[in-house]
Amino acid sequence: MTTSEQEQKKIGDLLKRALVPVRHELNRDLWPQMLRRLDERSSQRPWIAVMFSGAALSSVPWFDWALLAMLVVGVCMFPSSIPIWLYNL
Amino acid sequence: MELTEQPSGVLAQFAAGELEAFEQLFRQFQGEVYGWIIRIVRDPAAAEDLTVETFWRIHRAHARFDPDRSFGAWARRIATNAALDYLKSAPARERELAHDLQESVPGWGSSDPAVRRELRERARLAFQQLPAKLRVVAALALVEERSHQEIADALNISMAAVKSRMFRAVQLLRRKLGDLA
Repeated sequence: MTTSEQEQKKIGDLLKRALVPVRHELNRDLWPQMLRRLDERSSQRPWIAVMFSGAALSSVPWFDWALLAMLVVGVCMFPSSIPIWLYNL
Repeated sequence: MELTEQPSGVLAQFAAGELEAFEQLFRQFQGEVYGWIIRIVRDPAAAEDLTVETFWRIHRAHARFDPDRSFGAWARRIATNAALDYLKSAPARERELAHDLQESVPGWGSSDPAVRRELRERARLAFQQLPAKLRVVAALALVEERSHQEIADALNISMAAVKSRMFRAVQLLRRKLGDLA
């Protein structure tokens, strides 16, 4: 054992006596705490990120997407109808 | 910390952002992550908070995880960084508690329990006053006797860097403890 290793061992022994021993085992399930953290952070997200998140977009029914597509196609084909659409909104 | 591994299916689902897969990994690894963090911070309440912080970072980074690699090793690196950030934010509080460690003190050989108690307190404070990067290495290598390779992997640094940090930590402790060491 080199001098440096001896010194490290001496300091290590000294610290082991000085520091309070800690248990390495976890006593409780931290999942509820984790879920709270996930909820808090998701409620702090900007509204635009929430609105266009994968979960939000996938919850829109297919026929709503079909209506939106028809509206876009209609507006592209007949741009003069835009004021009528706006009036009806 | 045992690095028990998961079937790659769960890891792929986690990387795709599935909450059920994340929960499964959380339940499997929370004890190991906690056990690693408490070795560094040595405070059960802080270690619990840091375990949740570690998994929060893991959850945020799910898209960057490669399912072909070890989840346990990745989690340990993130846990080590979270613990390091915690120690970096703590020194101001610990400086307030610190006594003047410069004065000469008698050695461990003293039979007086009061003197021995005082010596233990001084060694504890000297350890807490180490810079965060050195304290992590001192805690893992000197107190917990973890291998240099394990520490290097957790900190994502070379073995030479681990040895260098340990050498500097020992020198600093020696200087602060004076006759103690």
